[in-house]
Amino acid sequence: MQVIFRTSYDQDIDHLVDRGEKYRILAAIALALIAPLLVGSYLLSELAIFLVYILAGLGLMVLTGFSGQVSFGHAAFLGIGAYAHSIFLGYGIPFVVSLPMAGLLSGAIGAALGRAVSRMHGFYLAIATLAFAIVVETVIGEWEQVTGGHMGMQVPALSVFGLELGESWQQYYLILAVVIFFIWGVANLMRSPTGRAMVAVRDSEASARSLGLDTARTKILAFFISALITGVAGGLLAHLLFYLAPESFGVQDSLRLLLMIIVGGLGTITGAVFGAVFVTVLPNIIGVLKQILPDTVANAPGLEQLLFGAIIAGFIIFEPEGLYGRWRKLRLFFETYPYYKKSTFVRQKRYLKTERFR
Amino acid sequence: METSDVIQLALIGISQGCGYALVAIGFVFIYRATEIINFAHGELMMLGAFMVLTFAQIWGLNFWLSACLGILSLGVFGYLLDAVVMRRIVGESQAIIFILTVAIALMLRSLAGIIWGWSPRSLDVPFMQDVQIGGIVLGMDRIAIILGTILLCALLYWFFSRTRTGLAIQASSQSQLAAYYSRIPVKRLISVVWAIAAMVAAVAGLMMAPVTQVDTGMSAFGIKAFAGAVVGGFGSIPGALLGCLLIGLAEPFLDFFFPAFKGVYAYIIMLVVLFIRPEGLIPQTFAKKV
Amino acid sequence: MSELIVENLNLSFGGIKAINDVSFTVEAGDIYAIIGPNGAGKSTIFNAISRIYTPDSGSIRYRGQELLERAAHQVVDLGIARTFQNIELFEKATVLENLLVGRSSKIRTNWISEFFFTRNVRKEERVHRRKTEEVLDLLNMQQYRYERVSDLAYGARKNVELARALCAEPEILLLDEPASGLNPEETTDMSFWLKDIKEELGVTIVMVEHDMSLVGRIADRCMALANGAVLAVGSVAEVQSDPHVQAAYLGQVAA
Repeated sequence: MQVIFRTSYDQDIDHLVDRGEKYRILAAIALALIAPLLVGSYLLSELAIFLVYILAGLGLMVLTGFSGQVSFGHAAFLGIGAYAHSIFLGYGIPFVVSLPMAGLLSGAIGAALGRAVSRMHGFYLAIATLAFAIVVETVIGEWEQVTGGHMGMQVPALSVFGLELGESWQQYYLILAVVIFFIWGVANLMRSPTGRAMVAVRDSEASARSLGLDTARTKILAFFISALITGVAGGLLAHLLFYLAPESFGVQDSLRLLLMIIVGGLGTITGAVFGAVFVTVLPNIIGVLKQILPDTVANAPGLEQLLFGAIIAGFIIFEPEGLYGRWRKLRLFFETYPYYKKSTFVRQKRYLKTERFR
Repeated sequence: METSDVIQLALIGISQGCGYALVAIGFVFIYRATEIINFAHGELMMLGAFMVLTFAQIWGLNFWLSACLGILSLGVFGYLLDAVVMRRIVGESQAIIFILTVAIALMLRSLAGIIWGWSPRSLDVPFMQDVQIGGIVLGMDRIAIILGTILLCALLYWFFSRTRTGLAIQASSQSQLAAYYSRIPVKRLISVVWAIAAMVAAVAGLMMAPVTQVDTGMSAFGIKAFAGAVVGGFGSIPGALLGCLLIGLAEPFLDFFFPAFKGVYAYIIMLVVLFIRPEGLIPQTFAKKV
Repeated sequence: MSELIVENLNLSFGGIKAINDVSFTVEAGDIYAIIGPNGAGKSTIFNAISRIYTPDSGSIRYRGQELLERAAHQVVDLGIARTFQNIELFEKATVLENLLVGRSSKIRTNWISEFFFTRNVRKEERVHRRKTEEVLDLLNMQQYRYERVSDLAYGARKNVELARALCAEPEILLLDEPASGLNPEETTDMSFWLKDIKEELGVTIVMVEHDMSLVGRIADRCMALANGAVLAVGSVAEVQSDPHVQAAYLGQVAA
């Protein structure tokens, strides 16, 4: 096991002080950079969608994983970002302005929602975000002059500074750059006061307030940043979908985002990445499962949803720390072999923690 | 719009609201006893309707017998759901448990789709014929819902305020620890609460069946009931009843006059109420004790 | 100079009067203990001071500033920090992160500069870390620095909460049962720390405590409450020998 001797505060502040972690992440970035040389254009566009999922998951992670505010309607922000970006592009606004504008619009709507729900607790919030998403989906469907309604809407071609980016490797690099930028930014937030304030609001509002944190403000900010990042992800997604329809941003997609970060591991940036990997390979796993299962079951419509639900439930009951938590345990197992003991991670005996009071 | 139309719409609205209320009562029971928000309650209602359908139309049993069997089977299911699944995650944050119940809802819905098919089925009930009162045709099925709701509410009130078990449940929802110290079997009672809530949901499913038909889409009914409970203030039964009636009554009229947002008015009303009074119309204190 | 003046405080929950016309004054530099049986309203007074509850009437003044005009998160700006009876820590964060949250009232950077982690943010971070280091040294808890709070034992958590309150650089510290759940050795340690905090940092301490050995060892003044009302105020010995207080604790003794 590597022990780091710290000699300055900067070592606490800096990213990636642990050497193994540093190499792993550098290797991942290098792999992402040379990916276009390794895979064909179909797989590359799949990879681009995977990157967008990471970004959307990161957005939800800021809100749900770090700030503890559950959103059941985050696909709505994906939709707002996608539609706003396409509409702005349609008016001839250049990409480099339109994408941030779409992000900011989504963020502003998120902040407004956050302001309305900042006094709400756990499930009130979840249900309000769900209702919000249903209303957004309906509005997109009904507002035909602007969004094209259920007929859908063509996304303008992707061009940056007059340079048409038609090839999938060009789009891939653009998306990769945006994703890395936001991961870096969120990692920065998490090592500074704002990130710690979010965690504080998540774990104990009463003491956060007694220490001088304006919890309502922190929640609204979390909503803003989260919706902004997810909105940008939506804008990027628009270019990969070519064609937008309100159904692409429904409750099912919100649930998929939530599945992602729960399976990946709530409360870590790595969790968003692991979750995106999982969601991307999930259809393949289901495909394999279908070959194993008898035909009547395999071809039954609704099997995907059943597995979906089962996976979320299984992770919450058996591995609440998600894939990333599993990975940490595995690593500790090898690092401390043969002294690893299971009880290190055994959960404490718990009781009903009451959240109400009369 | 004629007076008879208004009466028709009002009857539809009130009966719809009563249906919501039956589901919402289950939400509130479970919430008060365990602080768990069971998002899968609409699915329990759907499951109840499907069970009755199975007994009555596939097995060919007498309607009232299959109704009893269906309700009982849901009771067993609710009990097991708590004893096997929900009990394991006591102490997790409210939000995480809520997500778990959403996952359970998803599983139940798709399981029902796989077992009974995705297309709607109709359930024949003995209270289907229309009655005419002063020239206005009223659906007997609608009136049955309203009467059934009143009856069930009275029954539940009696159970919780007069019987030993009911009082013990009330005590443990005030303070689980204190109840436990007084030799009340808290864990078992919580499972009983789940069973009761599931049975009430099954009754709702049974009574709504002639109106909505039996299919997996019934679970959306649960979300609207949820909206009703939120509008009224989640922790209290009178609040939930009031909120559900309000939403049920408002829906048909809004759908009739402004059809653009048909079907989503329940959510819009909930959002508006949450914006103005986040704690619902009949508020409960929710702040955490420190 | 009197630091904290509470006057005619009333607070009721539903029909129950939790605090009934309570007044008291805490002098600068004192350790002021509030004792009383369960349900006497001790924690409720703390919750009123830190603005979690709003009293029905009365006033709470700190150096002439009316606390009731402030929101809960603005109380700490005046130099009032507190701990909680049933430990309210940020469970899934490390001890160091918990202490850094204690610095919240001193934060001068905004989230945009933090997103880009500008030079200024780094400079501020260094300052905050140095301050928390001093607290870690004072309470002798360097070994817990990177531990997650949820992995810590009860006694250690109590100390983390105290440390976190100290990180806010308070002038007055409200401690809700600092010694409950601690074993006798830990309680002795706690009494030394509290004395250190009072003497070295010059912090005024108001504490709710059941452990009379701790109260007797360190408290300068003491107030006894029962059923939301003040029974006696004075030195610890005076309060202990007060017949009303003895009656409240031991039941009515025939006079």
